[in-house]
Amino acid sequence: MARYGMAIDTRLCVGCMDCVVACKTENQVPEGFNRDWIAYESAGTFPTIHMEIRSERCNHCDNPPCVACCPTGASHVNDLGHIVLITANACIGCKACLASCPYDARFIHPDGYADKCTFCAHRVTEGLDPACVAVCPTRCFTFGDLDDPHSGISRALASRKAHALLPAAGTRPRIFYLD
Amino acid sequence: MTPEFFITRHNELIDPFVQVWSWQIPVYLFLGGWVAGMMIITGYFMLGGRHVRRSPLLSALPGVGLVLLSLGMLALFLDLEHKRYVWRLYTTFQWTSPMSWGSWILLLVYPALVVTWMVRPPALLEDLSQTVARASRALQANRELVRAIGITSMVLGVALGVYTGILLSSLGARPLWNSGVLGVLFLASGVSAAAAFAHLVTRSPDERALTVRIDNVVLASELGILALFMFGLLAGSAPQVEAARLFLGGSYTAPFWVFVVGLGIVIPLIIQILAARHFVQHTPIAPLMVMAGGLALRWVIVSAGQVSHWAHGVMGSY
Repeated sequence: MARYGMAIDTRLCVGCMDCVVACKTENQVPEGFNRDWIAYESAGTFPTIHMEIRSERCNHCDNPPCVACCPTGASHVNDLGHIVLITANACIGCKACLASCPYDARFIHPDGYADKCTFCAHRVTEGLDPACVAVCPTRCFTFGDLDDPHSGISRALASRKAHALLPAAGTRPRIFYLD
Repeated sequence: MTPEFFITRHNELIDPFVQVWSWQIPVYLFLGGWVAGMMIITGYFMLGGRHVRRSPLLSALPGVGLVLLSLGMLALFLDLEHKRYVWRLYTTFQWTSPMSWGSWILLLVYPALVVTWMVRPPALLEDLSQTVARASRALQANRELVRAIGITSMVLGVALGVYTGILLSSLGARPLWNSGVLGVLFLASGVSAAAAFAHLVTRSPDERALTVRIDNVVLASELGILALFMFGLLAGSAPQVEAARLFLGGSYTAPFWVFVVGLGIVIPLIIQILAARHFVQHTPIAPLMVMAGGLALRWVIVSAGQVSHWAHGVMGSY
């Protein structure tokens, strides 16, 4: 079984939000909600100022607290590639998963169930990249199997320094930002 | 340059800070803890042989517990966003999910309360139903069975009371909740609310004196547990220290110190110590303050916990 992850090159991402629009269109994300978003972070003192622009979404953690806390098993890890998914008609809308996610990646869909990024599992099943990856004009995304040493993502992570978000939270996120 | 962090996401209930749980969850946790306390006190009374004579509290607490638990479950149900799938809770058992544990514990608590109530039902119920009267006599005749019911009631009460705290503390993304002490704190608060309620409603001077003593011991313990909770946060990681600051100068300082600690614990404890030593009369004021303080504790912990968060930035800017 694959273990899908994503590497995002922070030197290439310009925060154009094409990934956000592509996700909303592909997944019919309701108005007012986002499964992915852009984070802008800056720090330092002139002239050594550092700025990072990141495309963020559910980190499809290897140790997902949202799956552990779900009382019905609606939140689960799928067989295709350890993608964290939600079965809408098993979700009671208790919101424990929203509270458990240190990345605040989930929201309640207007129909009442918890919703979030699926890595476009419906596209990945057909051998396609997630919509956000497919549309990126700067090609800052690399999506693939982290367990395959020959995959693009494994090679990217082997060749560049990278960081993940909130590693101290212990969730072992599978989205990496190339420095 | 001031570090800056900005995101384009503004999902409802999530941004700018998590507000997924409103009044329903604090009410549910309070009522659940209160019922847990009632089960522990009822079990304690049965182990002490109080069922042998007519005990106003043994006749009242389990019945009131059934009503309160149902109200708590109603509050929980009202909080659900996908209500028509609530039955899914009982098609599986997810051992890593405290909420799953809780839903099954609640299923055991209902029959336990009914059986406990049958040991010494209210006279009115016995008059109305011969079956209840016969069941009560049969139970009272078997001392070992009553003892087993008492122990079961106490064990389930502890499980229910601790669960109301663990439900929050298992959600590691919220640093304020990330403490096992919450389970003990909510259990103590539940027992305190139950003792205060018993103190309030009983007409028996003997039971009033006993319940006020129980409440005073538990209230004093609660102060100690709160101190340990704060110490644990202040000795923890940066997000936990930030979470503690919500109560130490931050936006929840006044509700926490005034309503939870002052009006909910310290002042009623002083009044009740004076009442227990016969310096002042027993009045409804102190027990009512204790119960209101129990609700305030849940409200403050649930609300402040949702405000507490891990740092979002990777460069220490937020």
